[in-house]
Amino acid sequence: MFNTLQDLMLHNKSITYVLMGVVLICFVGFWHFLTDKEERKRRY
Amino acid sequence: MKRRHFLGLLGAAGVTLGSGAVATAASSADIKGLPNAGGVLFDATRCIGCRKCESACNQVNSLPAPAKPFDDLTVLDTKRRTDAKTYTIVNKYVPQASKPPVFRKIQCNHCIDPACASACFVAAFKKMETGAVVYDESVCVGCRYCMVACPFNIPAYEYDKAFTPRVMKCTLCHPRILEGKLPGCVEACPKEALTYGKRRELLNLAWDRIGANPGLYVEHVYGEREMGGTSWLTIAPKPSLAALDMNEGLGTASAPELTSGALAAVPAVAGIWPVLLTGLYAITKRKDKIAETEKQQAVAAAIAKASADAQAKLSEELAKAEVANKRRIEVEVQKALEAAATAAAAEGEDS
Amino acid sequence: MSTENAKSGSLFTPWNIVAGLILAAGIVVTIMRFTMGLGSVTNLTDNNPWGIWIGFDLLCGVALAAGGYTTSAACYIFGFKRFHGAVRPAILTAFLGYAMVVFALNYDVGRPWRLVYPIFYQQGTTSILFEVGLCVFIYLTVLFLEYLPAALEWKRGFDKYRGILVKMTMGLTILGVILSTLHQSSLGALYLIAPSKLHPLWYTAYLPVMFFMSSMFAGLSMVIFEGTISHKHFHHKMDAEYNGGYEDLQLAFAKAAAWIMAGYLAMKIFGLSMDNRWQYLGTGYGVWWLVEVFGFVAMPCYCYAVAYRDRNLKLARIAAPWTVLGIVLNRFNISLVAFNWQLPSVDRYFPSFGEIVISLFVVTIGVLIFRFIVTRMPIFYVHPAYKDSSH
Repeated sequence: MFNTLQDLMLHNKSITYVLMGVVLICFVGFWHFLTDKEERKRRY
Repeated sequence: MKRRHFLGLLGAAGVTLGSGAVATAASSADIKGLPNAGGVLFDATRCIGCRKCESACNQVNSLPAPAKPFDDLTVLDTKRRTDAKTYTIVNKYVPQASKPPVFRKIQCNHCIDPACASACFVAAFKKMETGAVVYDESVCVGCRYCMVACPFNIPAYEYDKAFTPRVMKCTLCHPRILEGKLPGCVEACPKEALTYGKRRELLNLAWDRIGANPGLYVEHVYGEREMGGTSWLTIAPKPSLAALDMNEGLGTASAPELTSGALAAVPAVAGIWPVLLTGLYAITKRKDKIAETEKQQAVAAAIAKASADAQAKLSEELAKAEVANKRRIEVEVQKALEAAATAAAAEGEDS
Repeated sequence: MSTENAKSGSLFTPWNIVAGLILAAGIVVTIMRFTMGLGSVTNLTDNNPWGIWIGFDLLCGVALAAGGYTTSAACYIFGFKRFHGAVRPAILTAFLGYAMVVFALNYDVGRPWRLVYPIFYQQGTTSILFEVGLCVFIYLTVLFLEYLPAALEWKRGFDKYRGILVKMTMGLTILGVILSTLHQSSLGALYLIAPSKLHPLWYTAYLPVMFFMSSMFAGLSMVIFEGTISHKHFHHKMDAEYNGGYEDLQLAFAKAAAWIMAGYLAMKIFGLSMDNRWQYLGTGYGVWWLVEVFGFVAMPCYCYAVAYRDRNLKLARIAAPWTVLGIVLNRFNISLVAFNWQLPSVDRYFPSFGEIVISLFVVTIGVLIFRFIVTRMPIFYVHPAYKDSSH
């Protein structure tokens, strides 16, 4: 429970910013997972 | 597992983008508000413009002495605002020429959801349980966005300090309240124009006074809803609040509500953009690859066609050459025969 | 800064003298600012906490440095590989632009040594300014990494690191576009919190969208504009690849800018109609709004369109600085002219001499560093040792 809308938003946004960073890094990893076989095929 | 995890987040981001306001409304169930927070009711009909509140404020907050003393009431002839050395001021207004002037005290209104707190990128402002909005100078960078954001033009800045400039504003005497004392200005007021109490009780008191004197007051408690509501409430005599320079067009949306849509778009961009842009990149790359393959095929076909054409041309040429050769031989034979015939004839004539 | 003077070695060209005077004045004001406080050199007041150090140095600086993300996105994401020669100058301009923005912020904030607090010490995540600060901080790093290969080619012997950076190109480009989208739009969103202070013609919920869209054509226009100037002064530094694609690029960017400006105009109109602000068009502010929107968006947009249709490079090169001027006008209107519009004229803001000096000082430093780098590093040409590289 939070006293004010401001306090609630501060809490929610802080967590969301951290998640955004995590998600962006995960995107890179998943893109590699998704495409690394096609790259390999092309290379050899 | 990982994939499902961020697809879910992506979906959530999309929904938030579409309905920033809805998301805010839905989460207000998590907010208990500050039902017992304190506040002050200022009744402009009682204020006589004695500046005792200004003096008390200056004293309890240990602010520098003003250029003109507090008992000099000519100061009231010019409109003032709060500044780095003054947390509160009283302004004089003459709404109707035939009637006596009206005074209004101006200080931080201690919003329930303060614009300064919402705007501060180091979270230096905090709404306390006492109702006060307090400022922490130990983290302040001095960007002054709080001053841009404040709809009441209250925070002031120490522009003349090179190393330790601070944002300056009324604290509702938060330290004194914690000690069980009244705010300095409230204690000093000789006419009970200022009343300290719980905000919800002050609201009742304000409406009771308006109800008891319908001819006297403007039927509006300023701060009940303005910018989502403020802990400091003001009631004023007729004809209007605007005559006392009170902005009636502030609306009821609090500062966090004004920015929640834009803030909700941030994670949406972080979720959608990488997918879209990488997708575009992949499509471009694939198109390039197809174009490249097609080019190679076209080149190969062209080469094949060209060599086939050449082959055909060669055999055609060969055939042509053969015909021409034959003809040339025939012509030569003809020529030889004719020559032989002529020679034989000439020989016959001679002999 | 003409090339002949640079070759003959004379320091006392008219441009250098002006630059020297600005630098000298800038240093004096800098000393005053940091020893006697903001009040000693600025006209900032409690009612006007943000002056041209925000309105010009931050808002215009960031918008006009948008060429970095637009050009690199066009080349690497949208597949316009023939514009490859333009990426490095655009990235360098953007990097220096952002570096100057951050440099100028040190003058504006009260305690600049705490500028890292919002990122590393206490995060005020409800603030739009936090978002701007975080994005600018990360994007400056991204631009530095994108620029770094040029510096590493200049000082040979770092091929391993250069290789790693070149491999990251795609990721950095996409990250750059994300960060740019966020902070360009957030600069507009800064003003969403003050509906009572910004004139209704400029205050709209579309402010973030408008700032983002206008940053795109601001960036494109800057690339055209800056390319034209660089061509005059650094022609001897340019190789066939850069020169070959140069005219094509200007026309293609003119086309893109015209099209995006059409969208921006649409948003300007929708902004009025969504909030029913038509009645303000008849006032003085309304006339000024029309000057901004028609004189500095619609007209250069039309010029760009004609320039592209007729392959008229001259016209495109006129439309570019015109559009840039329009962006500056828009940012000034929002941060200064239409802000605090209800205050009496005595309480309104006008920049002091010191503020103007510092703004010029910052721009001059940026130009000087740009000149230093392009005359030494492989910016306008491909380094002979890396001819086959795709970066």
